[in-house]
Amino acid sequence: MGFALLVIIWLITFGSAYFFIAKTWWLPVGASAAAHWIDGQFTLTYVLMGIVFFAAQLSLGYIVWKYRERPSSGPVEYSHGNTTLEVVWTILTAVLFIGLNLMGSSVWASQRFDPAQPGAVPVEVTGMQFAWYFRYPGLDGKYGATNATLMDPSAGGEAAVGLDPSDPAAKDDVVTGTMFLPVNREVDLSIRSVDVIHSFFVPSLRFKQDAVPGLNIHMHFTPNQIGDYEIACAELCGLGHYKMHGIVKVVSQEDFDRWLAAREAEKQ
Amino acid sequence: MATTATLHSHAPQGFIRKYIFSLDHKVIGLQYFFLALTAVWVGMFLSLLMRIHLVWPTASLPLVGEIKPEMYLSLLTMHGTIMVFFVLTTAPQGGFGNYVLPIQIGAPDMAFPVLNMLSFWTTFVGFVVILAAFFVSGGAPLHGWTGYPPLSAVQSAGPGEGLGADLWITSIAIFCAASLMGALNFITTTLDLRAKGMTLMRMPLTVWSWFITAILGLLAFGVLLSAGILLLMDRNLGTSFYVPLIVVNGQIMGHKGGSPLLWQHLFWFFGHPEVYIAILPGMGVTSQVLSTFSRKPIFGYKAMVYAMLSIGFLGFMVWGHHMFMSGMSPYSAFAFSLLTMCIGVPSAIKTFNWLGTMWKGRIRFYTPMLFAIGFVSLFVSGGLSGPFLAQPVLDIQLHDTYFVVGHFHLIMGVAAIFGIFAATYYWFPKMFGRMMNESWGKAHFWLTFIGTYAIFMPMHYLGMAGGTRRYSQYTEVAYLQRLMPIHTFMTYAAIITIASQFIFVINLFWSMFKGPKASDNPWESTTLEWTTATPPPHDNFGGRTPVVKHGPYEYGVPGAAKDFIMQTDPATTPAH
Repeated sequence: MGFALLVIIWLITFGSAYFFIAKTWWLPVGASAAAHWIDGQFTLTYVLMGIVFFAAQLSLGYIVWKYRERPSSGPVEYSHGNTTLEVVWTILTAVLFIGLNLMGSSVWASQRFDPAQPGAVPVEVTGMQFAWYFRYPGLDGKYGATNATLMDPSAGGEAAVGLDPSDPAAKDDVVTGTMFLPVNREVDLSIRSVDVIHSFFVPSLRFKQDAVPGLNIHMHFTPNQIGDYEIACAELCGLGHYKMHGIVKVVSQEDFDRWLAAREAEKQ
Repeated sequence: MATTATLHSHAPQGFIRKYIFSLDHKVIGLQYFFLALTAVWVGMFLSLLMRIHLVWPTASLPLVGEIKPEMYLSLLTMHGTIMVFFVLTTAPQGGFGNYVLPIQIGAPDMAFPVLNMLSFWTTFVGFVVILAAFFVSGGAPLHGWTGYPPLSAVQSAGPGEGLGADLWITSIAIFCAASLMGALNFITTTLDLRAKGMTLMRMPLTVWSWFITAILGLLAFGVLLSAGILLLMDRNLGTSFYVPLIVVNGQIMGHKGGSPLLWQHLFWFFGHPEVYIAILPGMGVTSQVLSTFSRKPIFGYKAMVYAMLSIGFLGFMVWGHHMFMSGMSPYSAFAFSLLTMCIGVPSAIKTFNWLGTMWKGRIRFYTPMLFAIGFVSLFVSGGLSGPFLAQPVLDIQLHDTYFVVGHFHLIMGVAAIFGIFAATYYWFPKMFGRMMNESWGKAHFWLTFIGTYAIFMPMHYLGMAGGTRRYSQYTEVAYLQRLMPIHTFMTYAAIITIASQFIFVINLFWSMFKGPKASDNPWESTTLEWTTATPPPHDNFGGRTPVVKHGPYEYGVPGAAKDFIMQTDPATTPAH
């Protein structure tokens, strides 16, 4: 029985680890400036925890096999523990866990402590059951007023987010269902929701932030590869949660300018 | 405790007083156990339906027909709620804690037997109320077991958010009230009813784990109860604790100025300690079983006690790690992350000490021991994904993905369940006076151990690849479609694992009536429950009051007549 346990525990350990090491399924391509740092911290954590995982599981399997009761077993070691050992492994794990935490904290700080740099592309993200809308403030750089009484989700677009056409600043606001972003420019997001909590999750851009009704949350990131990236809502928001998705199109600055100009022209 | 003595001088005779409205902690413990056993089959059946729907979405199933997305979310909500409250909180603490704690400390009963009966029957009512949610118009709620408002606060936010959601909250509130009664009883009993010589540092680690769990329950359930009442008021009385001005389906709701994040803070202030409420008793049982079947004293008894105390203490300061992506201040995320990493330290100490307990032992592989070894393995596997999720910067990718689902299922789900299985196989002889079948027990262990790894380990791969949780279908998003093979594998693993639980139930009921008679101390254990008759008499010790002379885990004492010295044994042990 001891040997069977050793074999199964070791097999589970190696089997589980195989798919991590072979990267059969892995983080998606990282297409934003932060991806490099986030993935680095992920890999570091994964290597360190992997070592602990192997050490703990393999010794568990070994110990239960080695110290199985046999007719030839001698008396057990009568011991209530060892204070020195307790102190050593307490300090070691404390250093490991807290060190790991501190190493990741600078990445977090750069992501979330400071606001976007001046010159970032402003985009407002609005979540509602079960769609995402994206608003660009237009040439004046100012978002027009929105009004809850004007919201009409069935009409989509500007009406869905409740844009108030009587506000002059709203005249050049562009509202779309697909998010266009210029590559290598920082994006200054305002994230909001009109009904329940949603979460704006773009795995390939290493970006996630809940959209909370009543809050306007400012976040920023910099996409650095041209391509189409999928958005998947990551906070349970109702029966259509699984199909609340969208696309972020990261394009060149020229393509972005051309696209925005075309949308502005449509509006006039 | 004069009241306890008078109440228990005679065992009640009538069927109703003896088995239904019993004041005997042993009967109440069994009532909790069977309630949890019923609940776990309900919860498991719901998860089976979910797994089938994920892979074969249009399949027409017996009893339920074709599962729609909203029904999938109801299954998910009810699975989580029933499992967390009525299984993982009910069985280890209400069930085994109730049955074993008074005997292990040498008490004739709990401190407040009537309160004990009341807390069970209140829990029972809570269970009936939550089941009722399936049968009201609109069905069970779809807001998940975490019930984040506004989704959970507004009727028009989705099907099931009408009466079903009210019943869901009411059930949880009832459960909280019952748990508060239970917690008070456990704490008082442990502090006041210990036999002569049973000092705190001679208590079995199981008693420590139930005691600390009760303290956590007393501090946590009150908060959830209040939070739940506020949510009921938001839903029915027009208050706005959690709901700001919102527009659902183009309709302006009548709320103003509330904060959805307030609920998350209150919920997780309960929710994180709840994780430890589920797992601490499993840690206690694992320690007890590992020491018994390794025939060795527990390695680092005091370190184990301090580790559990620090886990309990730190457990109240880390709730914000569930909220890194919620819009909470990024500065507080930093503090919550650091404290969460700190909680890994006592958890690691416990693992080291379990390995140290088996090291140089003489391990006997009875079924309880297999489940305890399984607990250690699962605790390591589930625990090591913790330091990923504790880092806010990694939560950007992992939060609300299957990585989280895999993490908490391995540790607070399966590891805790392995603790319950170890406890069942270990104490069954004492509870029912008969032995369970070992071959069936071992078959149950192997299938469950391999099966649960096969279900929950792949969830980590799914999560790393961005596989979002709580999706009824993976067909709408292109990158998620590519992850379907993992789902298919997990569904097959789940079907096999769930099927193998029949082995357990058949063994349980068959052995209850047909198993070979058990002796008073079949495992050659040392703690007080093994000094009394099997099953124990109404007052636990048949009029005797045990006097405790030793610590709880005196195995392999050099020079002793046998390889174990029971806690009441007059023999002396060497100083250590």
